[in-house]
Amino acid sequence: MNYNYFSEIVEKANQRKCKISSIVKEWEEEKQEKDIAEIVKLMSEQWQVMKRAVDSGLNNPQISMGGLIGGEGKKIISYMEKNNNNDIYLKSAARALAVAEVSASMGKIVAAPTAGSAGIIPAVMLACIEKYGSSEEEIIDALFTASGLGIVIAKGASISGAEGGCQAECGSAGAMAAAAAAELMGGSPQASSNAAAMVLKNVLGLVCDPVAGLVEVPCAKRNVMGTTLAIVSAEMAVAGVTSVIPLDEVIAAMDSIGKSLPAILRETGKGGLAVTPTGLEIEKRVKGEKKNV
Amino acid sequence: MKDFSVFDIIGPIMVGPSSSHTAGAVRLGKIARAIAGNQTPSSAEIYLHGSFAETYKGHGTDLALISGLLGFETDSPDIKKAFEFAEKEDLKFNFFPVDLGPAQHPNTVKFSLIKKDGTKLEIIGKSVGGGNIAITELDGYEISLKGDLPTLFTKHKDIPGIIHQVSGILCDHKINIAFMKVFRKEKRLEAIMVLETDDTISKDIIKQIQNIPSILSTHYLDPV
Repeated sequence: MNYNYFSEIVEKANQRKCKISSIVKEWEEEKQEKDIAEIVKLMSEQWQVMKRAVDSGLNNPQISMGGLIGGEGKKIISYMEKNNNNDIYLKSAARALAVAEVSASMGKIVAAPTAGSAGIIPAVMLACIEKYGSSEEEIIDALFTASGLGIVIAKGASISGAEGGCQAECGSAGAMAAAAAAELMGGSPQASSNAAAMVLKNVLGLVCDPVAGLVEVPCAKRNVMGTTLAIVSAEMAVAGVTSVIPLDEVIAAMDSIGKSLPAILRETGKGGLAVTPTGLEIEKRVKGEKKNV
Repeated sequence: MKDFSVFDIIGPIMVGPSSSHTAGAVRLGKIARAIAGNQTPSSAEIYLHGSFAETYKGHGTDLALISGLLGFETDSPDIKKAFEFAEKEDLKFNFFPVDLGPAQHPNTVKFSLIKKDGTKLEIIGKSVGGGNIAITELDGYEISLKGDLPTLFTKHKDIPGIIHQVSGILCDHKINIAFMKVFRKEKRLEAIMVLETDDTISKDIIKQIQNIPSILSTHYLDPV
């Protein structure tokens, strides 16, 4: 079996009366010729690294290679502790930033789907543990739901900022996290699809315009955007809110928008925030000197 | 269309900040090390082109390339300290941001290596996104290899029958050739053959290939 559209996966899950994650696991089993237990173990390893990245970013913040970010996640947690604030959105924002900071300071992360968007899925999964009591096992299952959607997006559009802009990176990560979260919140396969569609619709057209070409500004804070949007969209979908435009059509729209984005807005560091006066000044400071040979 | 695994999407586990400028750079260094006989060279002049030249410091591309030459994995916590490890292993290195011309991919690197035995090696490679890479030139030969499969190189005399002999040995050991290319600069002089296989090739088999009279040298690379 091979799936090119998320609706095919949803339909299969409905027929079999099982979760999307079960369908994705079987799909991977066929492709890899490995048994499901082994595949689940591998996914569990990814999850352990994700959690460690969050902890490391919050407890041991580092300044990034380009010197533009570092310590923001911890700053938020300190603020929350001081004010007795336990808001899940703010806490998730801190976690997403923490992973982005770890990545930008050459720490260990899991590309999900890319290094630049690596904070979103861990932050949303931890929110599900905290708010919905999801177990480790359920989280690892949900990561299959997320990656199943990621495969469909990679096939139908792109998960690379250089190809499709930030909608393809933080947008895809947010959509994947939302689909996983909806499943963890007890939503149906169709709810996962609606949740993901609602995230993607909100980021269509988002450009990739990293200052000095570095995965720091605005990437870290766009991880917060993806995280927040994923949690609220999953809740909306489980509450019964549906997406008028079906997910697969949103993905197709994202593909055509990505293709019509000019190159300066696709990870070249030559447009958008990268060419603001401040962006250009930072670029001058960070870049290595160039000579001809 | 590429058949993605869930671990292409959630994964790889890597040291940040960039799959192309960091993880890909480690892999390029690792391939260069493998071509150099799986040992740390004594010196490396590293030329950085395009986006590599412009953003290498902020992406740790320099640390990543040296890490690869030292044989580190893409998720090694030691990548950050690669320069210290290089000193311990007596690897002298220099980086030169350059313009290698408009035909090169934006993330291109040229290694000029001197091995411990004094022989020189020149390798050009590119990082094409998501940690995927390709080697495009070896000692002036335009080649193409991605390093994701077991790879055997031979340098040999450009005469009839050599491909038959090499593939015959592989066939005897039931090793399936996935991709194969032959490159040469001039007719009937030296040529290079690059074989990417589905199965790993044992030392014994490589020895048999080395014993073919027209084979000048062989290099074997495990997937990186």
